[in-house]
Amino acid sequence: MKTTTLAFTIATLVSLALPLSARADSELSTYQALGEKPGLVKIMDDFMGNLLADARTRPFFEKADQTRIKEQLVIQICAVLGGPCTYEGAPMGPVHASLGIRQEHFNALVEDLQLAMDKQGVPFRAQNKLLAKLAPMHREIITR
Amino acid sequence: MRHIKGLTLLLALGTALPALAASDKLLLTGGVSQLEGAAGGGLTPWAVIAGYGTRDQIGGSAFYTNVRSQDYELGAGGVAVGLWDRVELSYARQRFNTRDVGGALGLGTGFAFSQDIFGVKVKVLGDAILDQDSWMPQISVGMQYKRNDQGAVLQAIGAQKDHGTDFYVSATKLFLGQSFLANVTMRQTKANQLGILGFGGDKKDGYSTQFETSLAYLLRKDLAIGVEYRTKPDNLKIAREDNWYDVFIAYQPVKNVSVTLAYAQLGNIVIKDNQRAPYLSMQLGF
Repeated sequence: MKTTTLAFTIATLVSLALPLSARADSELSTYQALGEKPGLVKIMDDFMGNLLADARTRPFFEKADQTRIKEQLVIQICAVLGGPCTYEGAPMGPVHASLGIRQEHFNALVEDLQLAMDKQGVPFRAQNKLLAKLAPMHREIITR
Repeated sequence: MRHIKGLTLLLALGTALPALAASDKLLLTGGVSQLEGAAGGGLTPWAVIAGYGTRDQIGGSAFYTNVRSQDYELGAGGVAVGLWDRVELSYARQRFNTRDVGGALGLGTGFAFSQDIFGVKVKVLGDAILDQDSWMPQISVGMQYKRNDQGAVLQAIGAQKDHGTDFYVSATKLFLGQSFLANVTMRQTKANQLGILGFGGDKKDGYSTQFETSLAYLLRKDLAIGVEYRTKPDNLKIAREDNWYDVFIAYQPVKNVSVTLAYAQLGNIVIKDNQRAPYLSMQLGF
C-alpha cells in the first residue's frame, strides 16, 4: 500500500506541475481551433444572440452597441490568443465598473459563450484554453 | 426497496429544490457528493462548496450512493447546503450491511451498522475555477462529526468510541487550459472504516493524519473521468484496514443531475479480504 500512496503522491505532484510545461503550448493553436478571425466573427454573432436570449444576461446587452461589442470581442480574443490583432479598446475594469455585474451573470455569460463555441464545432479542449485566458477577468468585471 | 425509496425522495427533492434558489455555477465544477456527504469526489472532500450557488446565492445538493462489494453493501444518502459559495453544511446517513458476514460473526445475517454524519466546510481562500492565471488553489477547512448506532458491538470489536470528529483541509484547483482538476485533502481522524467500525481502537487510539487525492480529466462539458485515493488508519486488532482507491466516470446529462459510476478497491474489511465494489451515485444540485 505504501507504494500506491507514493505513486499517487507522485501523480498528484506531476499533475500540479503540468500547467508549467503546458504554458509552452502554442496559444496560436487555440486561435486556429476557433477558426481564426472568420471563426471568431461567427462565434461572436451566435454569442451575442445567446446573450440577448438569456434572461440573466439580456439586461446588460439589449441597450448596448451590440455590433461594436462583437467587433471588440473578436479583436480582444484574437489578441489574447496571440493572433495578428492589437486590442486598443477600453480596459475591462472601467467599462464594467458601473454595471453591477454579479458572479451569476459572469457565469451565465460563460455558458452562453460555450454554447456559441459548441455551435461552431470548437473542440472542448480549445474552448477551455480560451476560457482559462478569459476567466481571470472576473476580478475586473464582477463588481458586486 | 430502500434504494427505490431513496431514489424517489431524491427525484422529489430534485423537482422541488431548483425552485428555491438560483443556480449559476459552471457545469461539473461543483464536484459530486462524497460518501460522507461533503461536496467532492466519491471518496474525498474537495475545497469546493456544495451546489451551484455563487457568492450571492444559496445552493445545495442531495445524493444517494450505493457501493456493493462481494460481501458487504454500503448505502449512503444525504443533503448539503452551500451558503454564498463560502460555507457548506451537510448531513449524511450511511448504512453498512454485513450480509452473510454478520451471520458468520454471530451478529445475525444482514446485521447493519448505521451512522449519521454532520459536516461543515468553510472556504478559506482562492477560487478553484476562476483564478486561472494563478497557482493558488481553492482551500477549505472542514469537520465531520459522526455518530454510529451500534455502540455495544463496536466496543466488543475493540473500538474506543461510537462517535468521533474528523478534521480536514482540502486544496482544489481546476487547470482549465488542461481540462484537468486536482484535489488534495489532509485529514485528522480516529475513524475505523469511515466510522462504520467506530472510532479509535485497541491497536491505536488517537488521531492520525491521512492523505486523500482526486484527479479528474474533463472529456466534455458534461463528462469527466478520474482516479481517487484515500489512506485510512489501522486502529483495530481484530482486522487490518486498507487504503481505498477507485476509478470513476461522472456524467451530467442536465445541469441539476449527475451520475457517477466507479469501481473501488476497498481491500480488507473485517474477515473478508480484497473487497472490490462497483459504486453508483446519483446527485442533484441546485
